[in-house]
Amino acid sequence: MSENTSQNANFVVEHLRAWNGRAVAEVIEFRGETTIVVPRELLRETAARCREDQELQYNLLTDATCVDRYPMEPRFEVNYHLVSIPRRDRLRLKTKLSGSDPVVDTLAPVWPGAGWLEREIFDLFGIQFTGHPDLRRILLPDDWEGHPLRRDYPTQGFRDVPSTYIPAFRKPTV
Amino acid sequence: MTTVETPIGTAKTMVLNMGPQHPSTHGVLRIALELDGETVVKAVPDLGYLHTGIEKSCEDKTYSQAITLTDRMDYLNPLGNNLVYCLAVEKLLGLEVPKRAQYVRVMLVELQRISSHLVWLGTHAIDLGAMSVFLYCFREREEILKIFELFAGQRMMTSYFRIGGLALEPPAGWRAAIDKFLKMMPSRVDDYETLLTKNRIWMGRTQGIGYISTEDAVALSMTGPTLRASGLAYDNRKLFPYSSYEEFEFDVPTRTDSDCFGRYMVRVAEMRESLKIVRQAFDKIADQGPIRSEAPGIVPPAREKMKTEMEALIYHFKIFTEGFAPPPGEAFVAVESPRGELGCFVASDGSAKPLRVHFRSPSFINLQALPKLTEGQLISDVVACIGTIDIVLGEVDR
Repeated sequence: MSENTSQNANFVVEHLRAWNGRAVAEVIEFRGETTIVVPRELLRETAARCREDQELQYNLLTDATCVDRYPMEPRFEVNYHLVSIPRRDRLRLKTKLSGSDPVVDTLAPVWPGAGWLEREIFDLFGIQFTGHPDLRRILLPDDWEGHPLRRDYPTQGFRDVPSTYIPAFRKPTV
Repeated sequence: MTTVETPIGTAKTMVLNMGPQHPSTHGVLRIALELDGETVVKAVPDLGYLHTGIEKSCEDKTYSQAITLTDRMDYLNPLGNNLVYCLAVEKLLGLEVPKRAQYVRVMLVELQRISSHLVWLGTHAIDLGAMSVFLYCFREREEILKIFELFAGQRMMTSYFRIGGLALEPPAGWRAAIDKFLKMMPSRVDDYETLLTKNRIWMGRTQGIGYISTEDAVALSMTGPTLRASGLAYDNRKLFPYSSYEEFEFDVPTRTDSDCFGRYMVRVAEMRESLKIVRQAFDKIADQGPIRSEAPGIVPPAREKMKTEMEALIYHFKIFTEGFAPPPGEAFVAVESPRGELGCFVASDGSAKPLRVHFRSPSFINLQALPKLTEGQLISDVVACIGTIDIVLGEVDR
């Protein structure tokens, strides 16, 4: 099983490398899952290639999410989970973004389903998706300050709470 | 929850606000509808009324504490949520679960699927004006909840699956309870079909309503019965088997009508398939055997061991005070929930608390297709469309 997965991963990686040598910056294999780290400027092209290519056929975007590795830099990792239904295969595309410039191209033109997933990431992490058709907050109110899923945002929020229960948090100046 | 950019009514159209307290939205969903007469021109869903920040809360808990939070997302499928989270953490740890526990998991998750479809069928029928189906559906659901109570001590927020296996040994008398249910249920499913499938009003309200083509459904990342009713047999239990699903024989029902009626037929057929799986799991589960994997420091030791062995007591204490630390890495697991592909993404930084827990909730993503389903339809059909997407707002907003 694991041998098959890694062979398959090799096939996908080689295929993408043959198409564009710069598209695959790094390959991570962990617990039978393949992650391809893609440079930010090539993300949309690579995703489109994954979808359109007759041998890859990643036709379904199931999930998009973000991980904040604060205080490491680049702190944000945006992950897209692709599924190829005909080939029964999963792939994760990852792109790394710095905290000072969290901007990446949207994948909504490739998969319309990315629309709400990216809105959620924008809402909770504050990642900007260039070219997104409707980039508004989705879960939180419009006037919410900050992006709660960032690691420097306290779980209890910034509200004043009795200091006997929770240590006081100071709102960061940035 | 955002201020919806309400489409400004022109001389021809008017804007109608639907929800968030509308009964057919099954929770707190708000939709701004732009209407031309009775025809929907534009539908803008507005979410977030039930946002509780479960993903953020998970980051503040140890791996095993977060299980109780997962129950509260999709409250019609708490066992499925437990399962996907446990599978994700087990994958991160590289932990194998004993077969007996896997079969019990499959059996309960399939019962959960039936109960979720029963709630869906009952409430959807009531939305469309068929009152009596609701009462029958909830009568049978009650039986399933009694089974859960027997197993977990809880009817809804079960938290019965734990990392590495199950919380408790299956209780005495579980076989009798499930056997009774399995004998009763098939004829009851026939009853629902008698009430609805050939019912002229039901057919009129569902056939040809809320059409979505296979291409559109895939492009919009739809999964579950909504995608299968559009003709694509995408089911994680078959394509990417987990928890020993590859050992079970069942079919994946599909339809090609791609409308509300097709989605209804798929769900009813799925109930029958689930009954088959429950029966197979019932036969597979051995009377004796481990229900948790042997993983000192990760899986709590048995109660008896704690009373006799020093090591076990120490592990128990450590697990419940500081938790355990999986190796740094990321894992994504997807299961087939009653609503579609329920995914869990867990990232670990090597500490005892997850760096990130993300749930790919099928309701949230399927709901994205609502404008596509409703635009151009009558306002009364919006209710049918919301119903057949089968949203659970607790999961949409998390």
